[in-house]
Amino acid sequence: MNGIENASRRRFLTGGIVAAGALVLGVHYYPKLAAGDELPHDTNADHATLNPSVYLGINPDGTVWIVAHRSEMGTTSRTTLPLVVADELDADWKRVKIEQALGDKRYGDQNTDGSHSIRSFYDVMREAGATARFMLTQAAAQQWSVPAAECETDLHVVVHRSSNRRAGYGELARAAAKLPVPKREELKLKPKSAWRYIGKGEVSYDLETLVTGKAIYGMDARLDGMVYASVERPPVLGGKVKSYDDKEPLKVAGVRQIVPIDPFQPPPAFQPLGGIAVIADNTWAAFQGRKKLNISWDNGPNETYNSDSYKNELRGTSHNPCKVVRNVGDADAVFAKGGKVHEADYYVPLLAHAAMEPLVALAEFKDGKATLWAPTQNPQAVQDIVSKELGISKEDVICHVTLLGGGFGRKSKPDYVAEAAVLSKKVGRPVKVVWTREDDIKFDYYNAVASMYLKAALGTNGKPTAWLQRSVFPPIPSIFDVNAVYGDPGHLQQGWTDIPYDLPNLRIENGPAKAHVRIGWLRSVANIYHAFGIQCFTDELAHAAGRDSLDYLLDLIGQPRTIDFKGVEYPNYGASMEAYPWETGRLRHVTEVVAEKSGWGKRKHSKGTGVGIAAHKSFLTYVATVVEVEVSDQGEVRIPRVDVALDAGLVVNPEATRAQFEGAAVFGTSVVRTGEITATKGVIDQSNFQDYPVARINEAPTQTNVYIVDSDAPPAGVGEPGVPPFIAAFCNAIFAATGKRVRDLPITKLGLS
Amino acid sequence: MIQLKVNGVEQSFSGEPEMPLLWYLRDILGLTGSKFGCGIGLCGACTVHVNGQATRSCVTVMRDAAGKEVTTIEGLEKDGLHPVQKAWMQINVPQCGYCQVGQMMQAAALLNSNKKPTDKQIDDAMSGNICRCGTYQRIRVAIKSAAEEMS
Repeated sequence: MNGIENASRRRFLTGGIVAAGALVLGVHYYPKLAAGDELPHDTNADHATLNPSVYLGINPDGTVWIVAHRSEMGTTSRTTLPLVVADELDADWKRVKIEQALGDKRYGDQNTDGSHSIRSFYDVMREAGATARFMLTQAAAQQWSVPAAECETDLHVVVHRSSNRRAGYGELARAAAKLPVPKREELKLKPKSAWRYIGKGEVSYDLETLVTGKAIYGMDARLDGMVYASVERPPVLGGKVKSYDDKEPLKVAGVRQIVPIDPFQPPPAFQPLGGIAVIADNTWAAFQGRKKLNISWDNGPNETYNSDSYKNELRGTSHNPCKVVRNVGDADAVFAKGGKVHEADYYVPLLAHAAMEPLVALAEFKDGKATLWAPTQNPQAVQDIVSKELGISKEDVICHVTLLGGGFGRKSKPDYVAEAAVLSKKVGRPVKVVWTREDDIKFDYYNAVASMYLKAALGTNGKPTAWLQRSVFPPIPSIFDVNAVYGDPGHLQQGWTDIPYDLPNLRIENGPAKAHVRIGWLRSVANIYHAFGIQCFTDELAHAAGRDSLDYLLDLIGQPRTIDFKGVEYPNYGASMEAYPWETGRLRHVTEVVAEKSGWGKRKHSKGTGVGIAAHKSFLTYVATVVEVEVSDQGEVRIPRVDVALDAGLVVNPEATRAQFEGAAVFGTSVVRTGEITATKGVIDQSNFQDYPVARINEAPTQTNVYIVDSDAPPAGVGEPGVPPFIAAFCNAIFAATGKRVRDLPITKLGLS
Repeated sequence: MIQLKVNGVEQSFSGEPEMPLLWYLRDILGLTGSKFGCGIGLCGACTVHVNGQATRSCVTVMRDAAGKEVTTIEGLEKDGLHPVQKAWMQINVPQCGYCQVGQMMQAAALLNSNKKPTDKQIDDAMSGNICRCGTYQRIRVAIKSAAEEMS
């Protein structure tokens, strides 16, 4: 497996390397490992001569090993976090080798979701690098008998300028390893002026393996003696097998065995869905054998689920008073006075992730231990579920993280990895479970279907004097608790309780909805529907008031202030309100920047063309987007240009950040154009790219211009925040071009043609 | 027995003649550069060259590959990198990278038949290849850059 350097215990526990006195300590608050400890998850960094941190090791040849503990699915976190270590270490990037961590709690959180890899680990990475630099500098000072304060570093070398002495990091590694690891307070972080990589960035460490086809994704993992599995799962969530044919599939050349998988015990969480697995000598044979299973199903209670009637249910709920999650003033009193009122229903259907790499995992259960190779965003969740499914300890679950062929949140949920582990135990061999595209789309954890009702009373200048908004959607907690029907604060905060407008009377409500499919996180999650509802409704109000959309939006955002969430359960994406306050001035600023850069109000728009704007904060990043569309007489929609301005605080890797926002525009294009998953009698209607199309090159924005606002605020997210405002701005642009308001996604329902 | 050439090497296959070329390449030969994305020729992740033509290997059965010359990303360039691969690096195209092998095989085939494609011709040639990360605008730039290097 040459795509990612993965630690292998066997490779290292020979020759007494562990006993050589390597310092193995946690930099931060992670558990320490000491020489002689059981090290099932050891890395090259652990065994390096100088190893002051779980993330970092330096060898006498000058090689710096940096551990990437978060998953690489295209956001470049596997490169960007090590880059922070390298910067603070003052290391030569060319002499850095990155190795991928196994799932192991000593690294802290490894669930690569929520756009927080940089936010949560920026300080940790800097401290790791600074610790090693401190020790190397001390070692050099001792050798030269000079004060450490007189020594400095210069790209992999410690320098004493007045005596013109220099020593490379490799030469100093042994001596440095004998020194005590400094306390955090002793560390001196580099000033911004001395940064080499932070703010400048680097291309992906894996770039060459990606373009040569040598990169190893989960789909590419291989083990000697492995067999392939394809699983026929219950078409309705919670369904069970009544009967199946165990003879015909075995007649297919290459099919070896038919293996049932138990149905899950509710709630589903990350358990395998159950069904019948066909084990074969190759993937194709497994697929062919599956077609002969002739399973009869007991579908269970979710058989009543139909998307059409469910939509009406959600809408009905949203038209009646629901649970109040935030209140300012007295909106009802204003509505009771009568006057001009504007109201609208907005709707977003279920959405599937459809990462290009379908779900896949390779497992080997042997001698009471499970070893897995999986494209997972969350290797510690793999350890949890596999230990439960197999009845072994978490320490006996070794999860190698391969590259991910896209993730978008789906690969945070390791049901597919657990399936492979269960099958390997039953079959007694390494098993690779390969999901087809149809499996991937039909057995997703979908982004929630949501219905929203918005109502505003309008004052003389067209500004709202009262604002009511209700959202109803089956919540993600329903996968962990079958009785969960209300949105939790973690998802209500996503563009709903934190509406940024300065409104005198505001009531925000949330209604109950029971889930009939698995609901899960998808790139930007609840922000998708919340931003769509609020930012398009805002545009409606602007038009109702006869005002320019930009001016009106800025008017509602109001003067710069910090939003007070007193009395509101507002988790702030897990960040402190002190470090990450909600500053409307920053949202206003990106809105002004994108307006200027896009030439808002200055460009002429001919018939069938138009621009739309939206501003939205998510994952602690402020974003504003302008989308330009052209709609032909035949109803074909083109997107010649997108402009997006963002304030994500400190941006470590601007090039990767631009790429994320370019990609977010394409992701949002798919949501608006064709994104819709529906169910009939509990069975998902869609199956592959013909009925769940995603944007192609000729449908995607032709040019997306990304403007990163310079900011000294602490780093925030970049993977997800581009999606929500793009969706709203795109829909507002369609209105500008056609006069048709998009309230139901996708726009296939709009009748443009 | 089916005879074919893969990346210049003679191969023979005695398995199911209905097996798609993709699974032969990946599971039997261990050439995992070509990817499985949809299995029905809709996404282009599996694109290889068959007798020089960009072909979806997931819907090309072994029977039809008999006697043909198949080129995968592993054999696209004998030494070093193909101009398309160089351009992909220079423009920093890949995000997750999973679809990019198929994209590059498609692009290389395009540039073999059209030395200087227009935006429209690029869109037409590349619209069968899905990138869920959304790298399309960079793909367009990279193809033009590769075209320049090849001219």
